Amino acid sequence: MSDMDMDDDGSGIVKKFMFLNRKAPHGTVYALEGLEVVLITAAFDQDVSLVFTDDGVYQLMKGMDTKGIEVKDFSKTYRALEGYDIEKLYVDKTSMDARGLTEDDLIVDVTVLSDEEMKNLMAEQDVVISF
Amino acid sequence: MPMVNIAGKEVEVDEEGYLVDLSQWNEDIAKYMAQEEKVDLTENHWEVVNFLREYYAEYQIAPAVRVLTKAIGKKLGPEKGNNKYLYELFPYGPAKQACKIAGLPKPTGCI
Repeated sequence: MSDMDMDDDGSGIVKKFMFLNRKAPHGTVYALEGLEVVLITAAFDQDVSLVFTDDGVYQLMKGMDTKGIEVKDFSKTYRALEGYDIEKLYVDKTSMDARGLTEDDLIVDVTVLSDEEMKNLMAEQDVVISF
Repeated sequence: MPMVNIAGKEVEVDEEGYLVDLSQWNEDIAKYMAQEEKVDLTENHWEVVNFLREYYAEYQIAPAVRVLTKAIGKKLGPEKGNNKYLYELFPYGPAKQACKIAGLPKPTGCI
């Protein structure tokens, strides 16, 4: 593990990373694996943005209950992201509207972006990784 | 996966000795894990172990050491939220060893 704290020595290049979450939280491993990658990436002090779009917005739903499908409910882990200094969380308005969701339905604070704003944010990134 | 007998109870651990089912955890298991890690549990160790269990209950993950250090600093003060203090308690890595004793999985981000 990256046990010793990598203190800021200013030598590292900081890139803009976007993790794009497009799938429902359960049924496939994409959401959980994506989250783990994000947590690991946090150790490298990069500029990380998380986007939740399409069915990916369901990953952030409050009040998840996974008992019936016998898998771990990892939705609470999104609330730990702040402690990992990952504070840029975005959802797209179109996906939210299509599913009848508002920010109040989500477990963390997010910024809601229009399609146009999302396009611009994506264009700014050095790396976009899609889950 | 291997089974170990701890205080008369059979518990399952993974290949690195981490408890598989964290709902089985109790103080005997913590003491056994500590012995395996050659850690002498003091009140200061328990403070970190209990903190980790609370963190896990809230976020469903074992924190990376950097995150643990910061969170401990916030809750218990800067004299405890630093690498020196935590590595003195858990010489082979506070996140790794303390998580094992706390019955949590190996921290995410452990490479």
